[in-house]
Amino acid sequence: MSFRIIVLAKQVPDTRNVGKDAMKADGTVNRAALPAIFNPEDLNALELALRIKDRMSNCEVIVLTMGPFRAAEIVREAMYRGADRGYLITDRKFAGSDTLATSYALSLAVKKLEPYHLVISGRQAIDGDTAQVGPQTAEKLNLPQVTYAEEILDVSETHIVIKRRLERGIETVKSALPLAVTVHGSAPACRQRVAKLLMKYKHARTVTELQNETKDYTELYNQRPYLQIDEWTVDDLHADISMLGLSGSPTKVKKIENVVFAHKDSTLLTASDEDINKLMKELIDSHVIG
Amino acid sequence: MNNIFVYCELTEEKTIADVSLELLSKGRKLATELGVKLEAVVIGSDLKNIESQVFPFGADVVHIADDSRLFPYTTLPHSAIVLHIFRHEKPEIALFGATSIGRDLAPRIASALRCGLTADCTSLEIGDHFENKTQTEYKNLLYQIRPAFGGNIIATIINPETRPQMATVREGVMKKEVLDQSFKGKVKKTDTAAILRDEDFAVEIIERHMESSKINIKNAQVIIAGGYGVGSRENFQLLYDLADVLGAQVGASRAAVDAGFSEHERQIGQTGVTVRPKLYIACGISGAVQHRAGMDQSAQIISINTDPNAPINHIADYTIIGSITDVIPKMIRYYKANSK
Repeated sequence: MSFRIIVLAKQVPDTRNVGKDAMKADGTVNRAALPAIFNPEDLNALELALRIKDRMSNCEVIVLTMGPFRAAEIVREAMYRGADRGYLITDRKFAGSDTLATSYALSLAVKKLEPYHLVISGRQAIDGDTAQVGPQTAEKLNLPQVTYAEEILDVSETHIVIKRRLERGIETVKSALPLAVTVHGSAPACRQRVAKLLMKYKHARTVTELQNETKDYTELYNQRPYLQIDEWTVDDLHADISMLGLSGSPTKVKKIENVVFAHKDSTLLTASDEDINKLMKELIDSHVIG
Repeated sequence: MNNIFVYCELTEEKTIADVSLELLSKGRKLATELGVKLEAVVIGSDLKNIESQVFPFGADVVHIADDSRLFPYTTLPHSAIVLHIFRHEKPEIALFGATSIGRDLAPRIASALRCGLTADCTSLEIGDHFENKTQTEYKNLLYQIRPAFGGNIIATIINPETRPQMATVREGVMKKEVLDQSFKGKVKKTDTAAILRDEDFAVEIIERHMESSKINIKNAQVIIAGGYGVGSRENFQLLYDLADVLGAQVGASRAAVDAGFSEHERQIGQTGVTVRPKLYIACGISGAVQHRAGMDQSAQIISINTDPNAPINHIADYTIIGSITDVIPKMIRYYKANSK
């Protein structure tokens, strides 16, 4: 049996570089202005998985992503960097899922890939920063969890030793397998695409993507069945529909407000000696400093 | 209505962490508003007299799980104890620190209890909700208010149907306030031997290097904070020079931390700490929403920036248009000249 690692990865809008055009005139978020990217810490997770693959003779790395059809890009991107294959979990019925409903869907998909040794994901996604899906998926799978992993120090068929990055220090832990791991952004950056793999997988498509292709891929896919990226729907996961989407999400958004900071009347100063001298004098006189 | 629970974290020195005391203070107010009790959960080892640290903040009950296997924190044993208590007591609300521990534990609990959890709340309030779809009225829900989408929007999250209503809150967001030094509640001991199973110890700690935090920007009266505009780690030294003279602490924006100018512990903003000093001097900080969210409560704000249109200037009391390397040495000089 091979050593099987499942990487959970998410496609996210790049909220780190929110430019002026990211907010529409009416104050709502303009998602179209934000590029869709591979969630940064999920890339760190992929790297740790690939490093295990590098040192084990019989290891396979499978990437799972949940999202709209275009999230298939995540599967391809992971394969360009060394993942063996991947699945796209996609269904309109997932729309509106909070972290609990998401982790339910992910846990069902992971169960389809049993037996596995590791389920590994980024600590959190930059569009929500909740860090909840990793531990919640672990709980649903009844797995122990190690969060904030920075480095895999040792791994065997039955055990793993992991260095964790905490707010105020580091911790080294040993765990039996299988195990769920979330990876901290301080872990090594993900390796770049490998040219050979890019050539190998550039025609990899999901069924939905193939339907929209003008070219006929039938013959190519008969020769290279590994190019097929499988899509899993609610039916494929045998999911309980009441635990998905809005109905399966205990958290509801009551209200969304745009962030408005009260403008103050700012006193404008220059860097001249006179201005700075006056300012420091004022601050001292009003006992703000000194 | 059932009670409000706060999971209390322990520091390396086995005192109750500040973030937990802050949550107890907030929990006390919510409990009084709802007319319910406040209960604390403390899990660790050698917890003799730990209740004396909790009661002054108004905890009516403290659940203590004292077992040599429960410190330092590991996920499954703490999860088992909290679940045992919650399944028994059925809290209305449960609050956790948004720390390495709280963010590891709370989602696990929420998943097991299939209840809603909101991370990194910046405000917690009590309010009602009318669900149009089902024509149902909900009274006295917990409004879990948090920034979303990179801090550009503020979302109010509710859990109408599931209990407990769970939330995590970062350190420094709520205010730590002693209710009454002589306040006394009830101690309830948890029978850990009956709850913990061998498989809860699947993850074993083999080594730890923890530091007590030396940097304490949260309680500083004056903060000199630097952003990407400071330009380099060397230029950041100017901020330390000014901080030394003013008896201030140095903070940083996320951009400055990401660029390696400053350490993560100094990060101010939505993903760092929230501060409200008497004086906040923002040096080369443009003022992204995420940053402003963590400092806009400062009593006075000075912005030093070469860009007259930097968003931070809108919330500043004084805006100095100029470079850090020019302005800061002058501030030091004229502070010394005037303070004598």
